[in-house]
Amino acid sequence: MKIDSQEFLSCAVWIRNGEAVPLAEIPQYSPIDFRQNCLYLAHSGSRLAALCSFPGFSRTKEAKTILAVFADDAGSKVGLLFSVLGGNNSYPSLSLDLPQAQNFERELFEEHGIIPEGHPWLKPLRRKMDSYPFFRVEGEGIHEVAVGPVHAGIIEPGHFRFQCYGEMIHYLEIQLGYQHRGAESLFLRSSPERRLVIAESIAGDTAVGHALAYCMGIEALSDCDPPFYAHLVRGAALELERLANHTGDLGALCGDAGYLPGASWFGRIRGEFLNMLMELSGNRFGRSLIRPGGVRFGFSSSQIKDFLIRLEKIEQDLKETADLTFNTPTVYSRFEETGILTNETADTLGMVGPAARASGCDRDVRRDHPFGIFRFVQIPAAFVDSGDVMARALLRWLEIQRSLRFLREQLNGLPETALQVEIRSSRSDYAAVSMVEGWRGEIFHLAVTSSKGEIAGYKIVDPSFHNWFGLAAALRGSQISDFPLCNKSFNFSYAGHDL
Amino acid sequence: MILEIIEQIAILLFVPPLFIGIINKMKAWAAGRKGAPLFQFYFDLWKLLKKGEVYSRTATWIFTAGPIISLASIFCAGFILPLALSSSPLGFKGDIILFAYLLAFGHFFILLSALDTGSSFEGMGASRGAAFSAFSEPAFFLSLAILCIHAKSVTFKDVFHALPWATWGFAHPVYLVAALALFAVLLAENSRIPVDDPNTHLELTMIHEVMVLDHGGPDLAFILYGSSLKFFLQAVLLVHLLLPLPSTNWYFGIFYLFIGVFGVGILVALVESAVARIRLSRVPQFLIGASILAVLGLILSFYKGAP
Repeated sequence: MKIDSQEFLSCAVWIRNGEAVPLAEIPQYSPIDFRQNCLYLAHSGSRLAALCSFPGFSRTKEAKTILAVFADDAGSKVGLLFSVLGGNNSYPSLSLDLPQAQNFERELFEEHGIIPEGHPWLKPLRRKMDSYPFFRVEGEGIHEVAVGPVHAGIIEPGHFRFQCYGEMIHYLEIQLGYQHRGAESLFLRSSPERRLVIAESIAGDTAVGHALAYCMGIEALSDCDPPFYAHLVRGAALELERLANHTGDLGALCGDAGYLPGASWFGRIRGEFLNMLMELSGNRFGRSLIRPGGVRFGFSSSQIKDFLIRLEKIEQDLKETADLTFNTPTVYSRFEETGILTNETADTLGMVGPAARASGCDRDVRRDHPFGIFRFVQIPAAFVDSGDVMARALLRWLEIQRSLRFLREQLNGLPETALQVEIRSSRSDYAAVSMVEGWRGEIFHLAVTSSKGEIAGYKIVDPSFHNWFGLAAALRGSQISDFPLCNKSFNFSYAGHDL
Repeated sequence: MILEIIEQIAILLFVPPLFIGIINKMKAWAAGRKGAPLFQFYFDLWKLLKKGEVYSRTATWIFTAGPIISLASIFCAGFILPLALSSSPLGFKGDIILFAYLLAFGHFFILLSALDTGSSFEGMGASRGAAFSAFSEPAFFLSLAILCIHAKSVTFKDVFHALPWATWGFAHPVYLVAALALFAVLLAENSRIPVDDPNTHLELTMIHEVMVLDHGGPDLAFILYGSSLKFFLQAVLLVHLLLPLPSTNWYFGIFYLFIGVFGVGILVALVESAVARIRLSRVPQFLIGASILAVLGLILSFYKGAP
């Protein structure tokens, strides 16, 4: 398809990450044209960031709407377009031509009763059903293995249905939804103070990431910019969260591979990062640090001195542990060529974050759609292209090194200014898009205000929502005994997916 | 004679859980942790023995009998193997063969009771267990054959008496080869790293643990104690090969035995602390490697006449 930049631009209204747009400026299409425009945008290099529906968003009261948000990574902008559906609440499905949409369309079907006609596997995502149909493989010697939702370890609930031939996985279907708490509807019913607590609980290990995305949205709606110092503290907290989780993941990967030194050392170092977050914010996971308009706490000068010394020591320890782990032949042979996710699959599924970067998809919100401190300071994006467990482990190690360097540089010359600005009331009839590169990838929040300036619609897309299908795809044709290691190497969030 | 039998029983009853405790303590130290108490395994067994059992409606008598038969056959094997002395009170001509098959019989009944549950996990575990023991058996028998050929006997007593202690290792590298192959079998048969991970909670990667998922209470205690006993017995076999255990002096015998078993425990813990688990599809390679090593030893011992 030939791409005409003028036509491309006119498909949707384009804004930058962390900006708001009046609802009236979002172009409206008929369901057929909506589909055409979505496919055009996708073919011309944009990625589907969200597909959602807001009751009452349409200019006509009763009809259901669908709103698509595309991220143009090369052009650092986000495009919005929407469609009002007819009386039968259906539209031609996007999934067949744009697999990135499959989970979103199942969500629309479940939450709003919108029917994407022609969707290949239209099954509710989260809610309880009377019977759960599962994709089945039949034939001589095929057996089915069902794992979960109750697992042997202390992990989140999810159900995995394997169709196996001996030890080989033919097909894996992942059924989630056991953690569904109704986060999006809670957002609409809660007070602004409470919303922040909810945002921090969307995925317990990404408290900083989701809180930041929420606050960016509120700031965009009210057109405020927090002080530079607050951006710095936010960036530092986000990177500390990334460091803690990446380090913990490396330890857990070693643990699953039965490699004791790695498991214990990485596990210990994860605690160091959590302790630093604790000293900064009073909570090991960085809760209640970020507020709309700024942050509640900053670094004191003695703290900076202390952190810099500790970070140097941690970097040394991490380097030694990583060298030991990645140079152990048994670890190498266990990680390499296990659970390969090809670049093509990751790209087709619209995967984000480290899972995509380990398969050679060069996308990082911090660079592509810079926000906060990352508008001024860049962290070079890392990517590896082999797509196996080794790639995902190495990628984490690369990101750890880069985040550490960023943290040490930023802490060195910290200007002391105000922590917060006063937040004005939100503009009415606006939509604000905020994206944050959390440690699992792109966290997407979309807030829509009513004519009174209250939040009338809220959409959350956790990176895991894009990514879970990638795990199922990576495992086709591999050994069932490799599943736990593979699952750990992706480490997606169940709660973030289920909301 | 009676005293020797009582001593043998006492060792079999009380020492194996300590062996597991030593390995776990050692692993904890290597990882920089404090670790569970040395006697934790005794507490676990005691706790399990006091519990009740839950049986699935689909399980038959095989499921109930499995742990008991398995423990009984491993215990019988323990009577045949000389422990502290170089001969056992109940040894007889050809006891090596019975020893090997009693251990295999115990394993076989665990497999059967796993299959009996009808659970997909346990079926998977049983198929893995059966496949890998088929691979480890040649290595086990071939390394025993190296010992038997020199002694021209298949009796533990004769074999251990015939070991040339004065020139061990230097003049007779085949014994070292046999010990290495036996050590590989010891790791594989007792679900240790690099073949299996005794501490994993991941059902899909387990071998031994997944076979006993549905057992609880005293049944589980029997299985856990039985597997520690088997582990202990194979370690003792290795000790006999590496240390000159006396033929009469019981006190020396006990001393040597403890030193030897402690050493094997530390060795196992060090292996577990230094390497990762190999991929399940590569386990046969590991075991075939051990078999090839044993074949090599066997050829060597034929080549040089008497080793």
